[in-house]
Amino acid sequence: MTRRRLQILMPWAVTLGLFALWEAFCKISGIEVFILPAPSDAWAAGVEFWPQLLEHSLQTLFTTTAGFVLAVGFGVLLGLAIGSSTLVYKGLYPVLVGFNSIPKVALVPVLVIWFGIGTVPAIITAFVISFFPIAVNVATGLATIEPELTDVLRSLGASRREILAKIGLPRAMPYLFASLKIAITLSFVGSVISETVASNSGIGYLMLAASSNYNVPLVFAGLLVVAFLGVLMYALMALVEGRMTGWAFRGTDLMS
Amino acid sequence: MSDPEFHPADFMKPADFMGPADFIKVDGVDMTFSRGEEEVHALRGLDLSIPKGRFVAVVGPSGCGKSTLMRLLTGLAKPSAGTVTLEGAALRGPAKGVGMAFQNASLLPWRSTLSNVMLPFEIVAPHKRRLRANRAEYEARARALLKTVGLEAFADNQPWELSGGMQQRANVARAIVHEPRLMMLDEPFGALDAFTREELWSVMQALWMERGFTAVLITHDLREAVYLADEVLVMSARPGRIVHRQEIDLPRPRTLEMTYEPPFQAHVHSLRDHIQTVREAH
Repeated sequence: MTRRRLQILMPWAVTLGLFALWEAFCKISGIEVFILPAPSDAWAAGVEFWPQLLEHSLQTLFTTTAGFVLAVGFGVLLGLAIGSSTLVYKGLYPVLVGFNSIPKVALVPVLVIWFGIGTVPAIITAFVISFFPIAVNVATGLATIEPELTDVLRSLGASRREILAKIGLPRAMPYLFASLKIAITLSFVGSVISETVASNSGIGYLMLAASSNYNVPLVFAGLLVVAFLGVLMYALMALVEGRMTGWAFRGTDLMS
Repeated sequence: MSDPEFHPADFMKPADFMGPADFIKVDGVDMTFSRGEEEVHALRGLDLSIPKGRFVAVVGPSGCGKSTLMRLLTGLAKPSAGTVTLEGAALRGPAKGVGMAFQNASLLPWRSTLSNVMLPFEIVAPHKRRLRANRAEYEARARALLKTVGLEAFADNQPWELSGGMQQRANVARAIVHEPRLMMLDEPFGALDAFTREELWSVMQALWMERGFTAVLITHDLREAVYLADEVLVMSARPGRIVHRQEIDLPRPRTLEMTYEPPFQAHVHSLRDHIQTVREAH
């Protein structure tokens, strides 16, 4: 088998292998289903409750995507501001680092006081947890522009806006798309946390409800759905990244 | 980065202390940086004048502030004292429409070679306004220039597909495509192998003879300075000032054969002696 085909098969082989190990462990050790269900139990629960699972995962997908889109918009603007102005950078950085250090689960009760339970806190939690890496990456892209390049453009008579448009933004693109892959998975963390703490819908709520009924296989089905959605969105971001910023990957076959 | 706007009116008032021949004039310029507690004097009492259309090379020991001088002449840096005038107007911000080429080719990796070379058209007036409607005309100009520098076959390649020498050709083409009044070259051939470098000397000379811009070349390579320049300025070690001016009266176009002949060698030797003196004095 060629190395290339092996590279394509590898992710599937490892994932299926892990499931097989898990399944074998549960069957051989005879561990109780309400402690650790086997993948087949989780699958069965998923099939049994699929209408609920579908409804709640669509809700989670919605809140996650909404929070993510907000995070991209806000994160890009913030990153541009921080990356292009030393003053803004100096002023905002400690505040941002401080804010990012707060566990976002601690914010959910506050959001519930302000907006009630449900969709809005989930979107906001997904947003606040994921804008930071986007802003930092965009700022890094801008801050690492070669000074010679800026000099070339300034001596041509380019304004700051033109320098930003001609080199700043394209230069920041690979950094932005790299951060989107991190941000989308963080968004899932945010929305599921919020749904678990305060919501009547979403995968987080479904898992909480299932665990209070000791339906542990359904909890695991929910976990697997979240993981699946995360991988799906990550792959989507990687695809967009490859399309938009192929130049940053040069000759390497990382993208293929 | 907040540079005061450049006033067009500055171009219109003739400075009475200068002759009409002076394209660039530097008067008593000091340049001081503060590095923590200590003050670093990069340049002190620097005077020089460059007539229009001349090719001037600046040589000197490393760390003598040559690159500072370059930033000063284009208005990218402000002198701590003294004045820099360009075409009779005191520089108060980055001079517009200047072509620059550095040792690092700094091409934009997301643009093709052609698109990199066309970058100045997107920024410099009046091309900026005309570009959209006259794209074909500008593209033809850029392609013609790429042909002059021997890159016509690589116009549509991405920069990383080019060798170091080809990237530097593209860099020079980008610096020159909008026919700047002033061309600043900061060791543009410094990182190339000897053969490629000598090849690019002749490309550079051909471009200069064809277009007649004023050029300032900063270099460590004395042969390069003598080959290309009408006049070589020797800078002292820090704090830098001009300690020697040498007229290079060799006929043009100069050839590589000439570099092995006595008149050329005499210029190189004389410059080497001056730099040696400067280094020992330090």
